[in-house]
This record gives sequence, C-alpha cells and structure tokens, in this order.
Amino acid sequence: MDNPFQKQLGWKQKKESIYLWVFRLCTYTIIAAALFIFSDIFIKGVPTFFKSEAPYVNTEFFTESPQILSVWHDQNGQEYSMSQKNYEQWVVAHPEKEIVDLHNLTASGGGILGPLVGTALLVFICMVIALFIGVSAAIYLSEYCGKGKLMSTIRLSILNLAGVPSIVFALFGLGVFCWLAPVITDVPKDSAAFFCRWFWTNSYLSFQGWGTSLLAGSCTLAIMVLPVIITACEESLRAVPKGFREASFALGATQWQTIRKSVLPFAVPGILTASVLGITRVAGETAPIMLTATMTEKSNLPWEQVEGPWSFLTQSVQALPFHIYTLAKFPESEHVKPMQYGSIAAFLILVMSFALLSVILRNRLRNKLKW
Amino acid sequence: MNSQLIQLNDLGFSYDQGKTETIKGVSLDIPEKQVTAFIGPSGCGKSTLLRCLNRMNDLIDTAKITRGSIKILGQDIHASDVDAIELRKHVGMVFQKYNPFPKSIYENVAYGLRIQGIKNKDVLDEAVERSLKGSALWDEVKDRLKTSALGLSGGQQQRLCIARTIAVQPKVILMDEPCSALDPIATAKVEELITELREQYTIVIVTHSMQQASRVSDRTAFFYLGELIEYDKTNTIFQNPSQKHTEDYISGRFG
Ligand SMILES: Nc1ncnc2c1ncn2[C@@H]1O[C@H](COP(=O)(O)OP(=O)(O)O)[C@@H](O)[C@H]1O
Ligand SMILES: [Mg+2]
Repeated sequence: MDNPFQKQLGWKQKKESIYLWVFRLCTYTIIAAALFIFSDIFIKGVPTFFKSEAPYVNTEFFTESPQILSVWHDQNGQEYSMSQKNYEQWVVAHPEKEIVDLHNLTASGGGILGPLVGTALLVFICMVIALFIGVSAAIYLSEYCGKGKLMSTIRLSILNLAGVPSIVFALFGLGVFCWLAPVITDVPKDSAAFFCRWFWTNSYLSFQGWGTSLLAGSCTLAIMVLPVIITACEESLRAVPKGFREASFALGATQWQTIRKSVLPFAVPGILTASVLGITRVAGETAPIMLTATMTEKSNLPWEQVEGPWSFLTQSVQALPFHIYTLAKFPESEHVKPMQYGSIAAFLILVMSFALLSVILRNRLRNKLKW
Repeated sequence: MNSQLIQLNDLGFSYDQGKTETIKGVSLDIPEKQVTAFIGPSGCGKSTLLRCLNRMNDLIDTAKITRGSIKILGQDIHASDVDAIELRKHVGMVFQKYNPFPKSIYENVAYGLRIQGIKNKDVLDEAVERSLKGSALWDEVKDRLKTSALGLSGGQQQRLCIARTIAVQPKVILMDEPCSALDPIATAKVEELITELREQYTIVIVTHSMQQASRVSDRTAFFYLGELIEYDKTNTIFQNPSQKHTEDYISGRFG
C-alpha cells in the first residue's frame, strides 16, 4: 500500500531547512560573541586575583589603589616590576643592585580598591536618587495625571531623553552640578554664578557648583538613567490590575492610601527589574563620570580624610570604567596586562553581582506577591 | 426620615464630557433595607448607573453628570461639601470580577478599617470575625486567616469581597453582577447571603440573570439604552409588567 504521508524531498523542503539554518546561525553569532568576551576576560583576568604563594589571593589587588608601576632591570639583566612604593623600599633594601632601564607606568601597579569602591558608591547614590525621583514621577504619570496633551508631550520628552548620548548628559552634569549647583558656604568662590546671605546666618548660599565630586557624578548618572527608570516603573505600575485600585477606592481609601497599599507593593518586582537595567547601564558609563566625578590618581580612599557627610559627597572618586579606560590606552604588555584584565574581570563581576542581587530580590518578592 | 434611602432625580451621565449621554434622565427611589435589582441588556448602562451611586466614576477624567441629582440619606452626593471618600465608606461596592487583594484573608477584611487608621488588634480581630461570619465564610476560613486570599475558590473569594465591604459597615452595598463569574453552587451561596444581608443593609444588585433578580430582589428596575423603562415590585415586573418592552425582555424575546 502507498504511504499517503510519504516524505517529499523537493525544493520546498530544502527552503525550509535553509530558513532554519539562517535563524540558527544568527542566534549562534550572539552566543559566540558573548562566549568570546566572557571567556577571554575571565581566562586572562581571573589569574590576577590569585597568586602562587600563600595566601594565594592577591591581596594587594583588592586592598590597594592604583599606583605607578615601576619596571626595571638590575645589572645582571634580571627584570623586576613593582608598584612605585615597593620600588623605593627595594632600592633602599638592595644598595648593591644597579638600576638599569627604569620605566614608570601610570595606574598599572597596586590594586583596584579605590576604583571599586568609587564605582560602588557612584552606582549606589545614583540609584537612590534615580529611584526616588523615578518612582515618584512614575506614580504621578500613571496614577495622578490624566491623559491630556501636556502629558503626552511629557511622555514623548522622556522617551527622547532616553536616546540622548551619554556625553551630552556628561556636559549637562558638568555645567549644572559641577559649576552651578548651590552650596552653603562661609566663603563663596569668585567663580560662583550668584551668591547671597543664607537667611540670618554668617554663611552664604552660593551657586558655585559641587566641583568634580561623587555627588555631581551620581546626580549626572541619575539624570541619565531617569528616563529608563521612569518608563519601566510606569509600566510596572500600570500592570497592577485595575481591580485592586477600584476595590481600594470602594472601601473609602484615598488616592495615596490606594497607591501605598494596593498599587506600589505589587509594582515593586517590576521596579527592581528597572533598577537592574539602570544599574547595568550606569555602572558602565565612562563619559559622564570622567567629566564630573573622577580622578585617575587619588591616594586616599573615599572614607579617609573626610570631615562629615558633605565633604564625603563632594570629594572626587576613582571609578572602574575610567580606570579601565586609562589602562586601555597603553599598548598591551606583560606588565600592564594583569592589571588590565584583572580590572575588567572585577568590573564585570561587580556589575553582575549588583544585577544578580536585584534579580534574586525580585524573584523572592514575586513569589510572595503573585496574583 | 424618608424610607427612600437613595433618590435619583432625572439623572444624566456622560463618559465624554457631555457629548453623548450614557444615562439619559433616570428617576427612581430605592427603599431602605431592601434588595433592588437592575436588569437590562448589556451595554444599557446598569454598571454605569451603579457606579454613579458611590461616585466611582469620578476616577474617569472625562466622566460627567450632565443633569439631575442623586440623594443618599437625603444628602446630594455631588454637593461641594461632600467628600467622595467619606461617601464610599457608607456606600460599599462588590465587583463583577472578584478582586481580593493578594494579601492574607485577614488583611483583606481588615483593609477598610486599617485605612481608617484603626490599629487596635482586638478591634480588628473582632471586626474580621464579625464580617466573615456576616458573609457566611467564617467556618470555612477561620483556621487559615493568615493564608493568601488567592488560595480560596472563586465563590469564597467573592464572599470575601463581600466580607471586606461589610467590615466598614456601610449603609448601602452595591453589587455589580456579583455571580457572573461563579458556578451555580457558589452562586446559590452568594444569593443566600444577599437574602441574609438584606436585614441590615440596603442592596442594589446588577444582574443579567432574570431568575436571580426574581429570586433575590424586592424591587426591579428594567433599563434599556440608558433609560429606565419600568421600575416596580419584582413580582409585578415579572408577572404583570406594564410595558411591552419589559415583557419582551423578560420572556427572552430580545437582549
Ligand atoms: N469607562 C468607560 N468609558 C467610556 N465608555 C464606557 C465606559 N464604561 C462603559 N462605557 C460605555 O457605556 C455604556 C454602558 O456600559 P455599562 O454601564 O457597562 O453597561 P451594562 O453594565 O449595562 O452592561 C456602554 O456602551 C459602554 O461601552
Ligand atoms: Mg456591567
């Protein structure tokens, strides 16, 4: 008997498998790129975290800030490379050695503690600011305001803002936060745009900016992620079923009570997802912090030599992306390479753990607040 | 006091700033401690009218009362010194799709009291128990008050929504097709509950089921295209309607 479902082997079947393979290959390209990036960085970078003798962890890398790396030979042609501080001690300890062919390499010695905490602080303060403003704005947009023409204009400008290149935000931050933002001070700077007495005290309110500082950098980054945060938060607020709001109003709740008890809690998982997006974007940005917050060389850590919270916030910091940018400009050499790849690997791990934390938190909450 | 708890006088309502009227001049009086049913083909404005009674339509920007007035307990509810939030504490609402909050059973019932600032645990416990008993749910849930309300069956969830509403001790309970998402057994339980609640509360119920209206209600209003066609005792409406239109609808000839 003939098989009515006989397999056909015509052009049509070939076309089917060609389509399949085109789609499949495109997908594999992305996977290949990701694999290459991650394996290259981790294979070359992770060894920097460890060393061959006890305690096996490269403590210098995690407990010191970037320093100048000195590379030299002695008279026997033996090569040495140490951070400048250790070099000076070494010279004192070995008066018999002759120093030949000394090079100094910027930021390639020491460790990454300064940039690591700098980036963590920038991201943290930025997210606190951005989430506060972003969630408030999203609440206004989704719960309070109507659907008028003004509102669609506002929405459109938020969307447009999301597409602005980061260097533009950087310049905005430089102009506004570094040079123009108000401070209260006893001695206003000459460069202040405007200053006046601060009420009846002896201090002045001076529009002289916060300088190159942690606060200016965080604010710049916050403004930059706000569009993403607002849009994502608004969506997660809108995703909360209308029935919850109606039920709450019908029980005599005010608008704010309804938002506080029956809308916001159920939008939190979505808001956390938005912050993951925000964090990964913010942590990697180089241009804005380069102009507003960072220094390549900085000997003290953020909590050293500060008097009070204001001086903490207005100090400059180091940051990982900028540190990596500095290192990337050097030609790859065996002396710089551990620092280069080690920094990048540490940076990736930092960003990934931030993101992971929010994902875990979100999943926890989601299980608790499912409807 | 007037035994007519709710008085509508030539009420007109529009969803689009008055361009088209969804409710076209409805006048009717709803007596205290009785069940009044709104029936009519879908889209005729039953839910809309119901939501006028606790000013739920205030939440829609373009919604507008175009004419007439609503008086509850003799007070015009659109007067400038009336707060819709206070009104809703006296006029509760149960929705078509049961919508408990994704919180515990206890928290669902306590919601209305908590937002009034009541924190005393004894007061809350007492109110939760009273309300759950009042909605014939107590025996089924008393051992799992702290578990999620979403673990209950559909019928239980709807009765929980009723418990949540009576916890704030309203005068009036509005119900918008409370059984349309429930199976026949759950429906029977809710109907039984409505009959009990009638002793204490004034109930206005929208229903698309003629049998339900005839089973639970004392008075029935028949609407068509935003107009009140006929309003009378339920028996009269179902056995001896004065309008041809009503008779056609009730006998299932259209709608
Ligand atoms: N939120 C709304 N905005 C605009 N029009 C609405 C809205 N809700 C209902 N309508 C319209 O009002 C009319 C009456 O609806 P509704 O009161 O829900 O009818 P029923 O409950 O009798 O089925 C329908 O034509 C419906 O399309
Ligand atoms: Mg309806």
